[in-house]
Amino acid sequence: MEFLYSLFSFFYQFGDAFAFLVLSACGLAVIFGMMGVINLAHGEFILCGAYVSTSATHMGVPLPIAIALGSLAAGIAGMIVEVVVIRPLYKRPLDTIVATWGISMIVTQGTLIVLGTTMAGSGTPFGSFSVGDYSYSIYRIVLMVMALVTLAALWLMFTKTRFGILARATIQVPHVAEALGVNTNLIYSLTFGLGAALAGLAGGLYAPTMTLVPTMGAAFMVEAFVTVVVGGADIFLGTAPAAVVLGFIKASLTSWQGQLAGQIGMLIAVIIVIRILPRGISGKILKERA
Amino acid sequence: MTRKLISTASVLATLLSFAGPMAAQAADPIKIGVLEDQSGDFALATIGKVHGIQLATKEINDAGGIAGRPIELVIYDTQSDNTRYQEFMRRVLQRDKVDVVFAGFSSASREAYRPIVNQFDGLAFYNNQYEGGVCDANMIVTGAVPEQQFSTLIPYMMEKYGKNVYTIAADYNFGQISAEWVRNIVKENGGTMVGEEFIPLGVSQFSQTIQNIQGAKPDFVVTLLVGTAQSSYYEQAGSANLDLPMASSVNVGQGYEHKRFTPPSLKDMYATVNYVEEIDTPESKAFVEKFHAMFPDEPYINQEAENSYAAVYLYKEMVEKAGGSTALADVRATLADGNLCYDAPEGKMCIDPKSQHTSHTIYLAHVNADHSIEFPKTWDDIKPYWLGDVGCDLTKSDPSDQYTPSHLPSN
Repeated sequence: MEFLYSLFSFFYQFGDAFAFLVLSACGLAVIFGMMGVINLAHGEFILCGAYVSTSATHMGVPLPIAIALGSLAAGIAGMIVEVVVIRPLYKRPLDTIVATWGISMIVTQGTLIVLGTTMAGSGTPFGSFSVGDYSYSIYRIVLMVMALVTLAALWLMFTKTRFGILARATIQVPHVAEALGVNTNLIYSLTFGLGAALAGLAGGLYAPTMTLVPTMGAAFMVEAFVTVVVGGADIFLGTAPAAVVLGFIKASLTSWQGQLAGQIGMLIAVIIVIRILPRGISGKILKERA
Repeated sequence: MTRKLISTASVLATLLSFAGPMAAQAADPIKIGVLEDQSGDFALATIGKVHGIQLATKEINDAGGIAGRPIELVIYDTQSDNTRYQEFMRRVLQRDKVDVVFAGFSSASREAYRPIVNQFDGLAFYNNQYEGGVCDANMIVTGAVPEQQFSTLIPYMMEKYGKNVYTIAADYNFGQISAEWVRNIVKENGGTMVGEEFIPLGVSQFSQTIQNIQGAKPDFVVTLLVGTAQSSYYEQAGSANLDLPMASSVNVGQGYEHKRFTPPSLKDMYATVNYVEEIDTPESKAFVEKFHAMFPDEPYINQEAENSYAAVYLYKEMVEKAGGSTALADVRATLADGNLCYDAPEGKMCIDPKSQHTSHTIYLAHVNADHSIEFPKTWDDIKPYWLGDVGCDLTKSDPSDQYTPSHLPSN
């Protein structure tokens, strides 16, 4: 019995790390992995989602709708940023670093000046349950489920819908897509907006469990970039397996030696993976298939 | 004609040269450099410190200044970034030529700027609670230190809840040295450390840490978490129903977590503070009222805001006792008899000449399930004795070192 309790505990921790990696990385996988824009303002889209959803909760909106509102707000903000700042910078990845970093600093400091140092949290819903000696938060199970739902929804969107096919066509060979009558500018905006909305979703989902401060986006950045870099360009063949590998390493090392070991282990794993597989896990899979 | 002009000019020049120094003495302001984090991860706990300094400055200037000279503040935002501290410390000492600097939140930032204060032989006030041990003639510390916070708090907790202790601490000099203090005090009182974990700054996910704590079955947890990312711990521990009493020297009194998180995530948190705005004395109430009159949107007045406010008055006392001189040797000489005191909102604060640290009234703040605060215990006039006991005596020599229980003066 003791063994089963420990096993459950391990799976819970692994699921928790996996959910955090997937949800922080999905938006970045679309914007950085697919579109090639190195988006250092990723954390600020997460911030946007978290602040909008928490404000909505304070106004009495039920949590699921509040989270959807946060995601929507981040998506709209993303489309505006794409049109105003990013559009001239496709194919200039180094310039996108500077531009998005600037946006990140403006948003962080702007939020501090306008909304103050902190926003009151909405509190984690659903309470807790016990297995053996350990008690667990139910909401974190919801987060794990949401990570899987997000991956499934993205897969359906990119493979089964017209938008998904147009988006993939536009990003692979833009001029041919354009010649075939696709409004590529619109597709770029929508895809960037989708990435931002996914970041906003992560913000909205994690907002009830975290300190709400203007710098909160930074807490997601390392995990998001690490997952996308390890995964490579493809969300399903890349981000999801990368989150499994990194989540496993992080959860085992953290339970064995604490947070510091977990962080170090995860980063060492990244160094090893990009040394052996320079184009990430999905690059390896796709190359073998081709 | 030319001759007349020249002679007029020389008369004027002579007049000016007489008037010059006199005018300078009457009107030249005393410059205080203020280096605090007004943006970045620490801003939440430190913007109030700047406001505390501004409030004290306004009060002193309205009442005629320090020895008849007004205070002028030179404020820079250090952005929670240690290299900014070094940059701005050089700037205030070299270019702005301030008389004194009030600087620093994290211990990492203090250790980053301290060598620069030593190099220019300046005077810096560190108005923050910290892990203790800085024995440096160029530094005056108004914040509380471990012998004031832990030797009161840990025995109280062990008596009330039990002898098995688990520490989670931020992984840098503050957390490491504070954890060492906790370890020693627990051992002296016959307790056991059932676990210890150091958390890198910026970590925000604590699921596994919470489980490690549950596995070790402590009677209470000592939380020495720093920065806004780490404070997510409380919400996550609360939602996992960890339900253990907590003890801290930094939380509540610094980051007002009980105001920011939904009850009851901070239930049964005990913190030793030298000030929080809930303290129910007439002096404290008057202070809160003055503070809110000048800064109506201040979310919380924490102990570091009060330390910073009191530090301006302590400095005023020093300069006036030194006959208006701001030279380092003169102001330090005023500390010698140990009677340099100020009646702060918390109670009386006095600067100890040996360590240049400050005595405090220590309040035990207990967070209730609804996040209101009660004070089950108060310790009056707790002295910063440890440095003096281990052999730091700044009236005799200036090692400019930081001592810890495992790094003691060699004599």
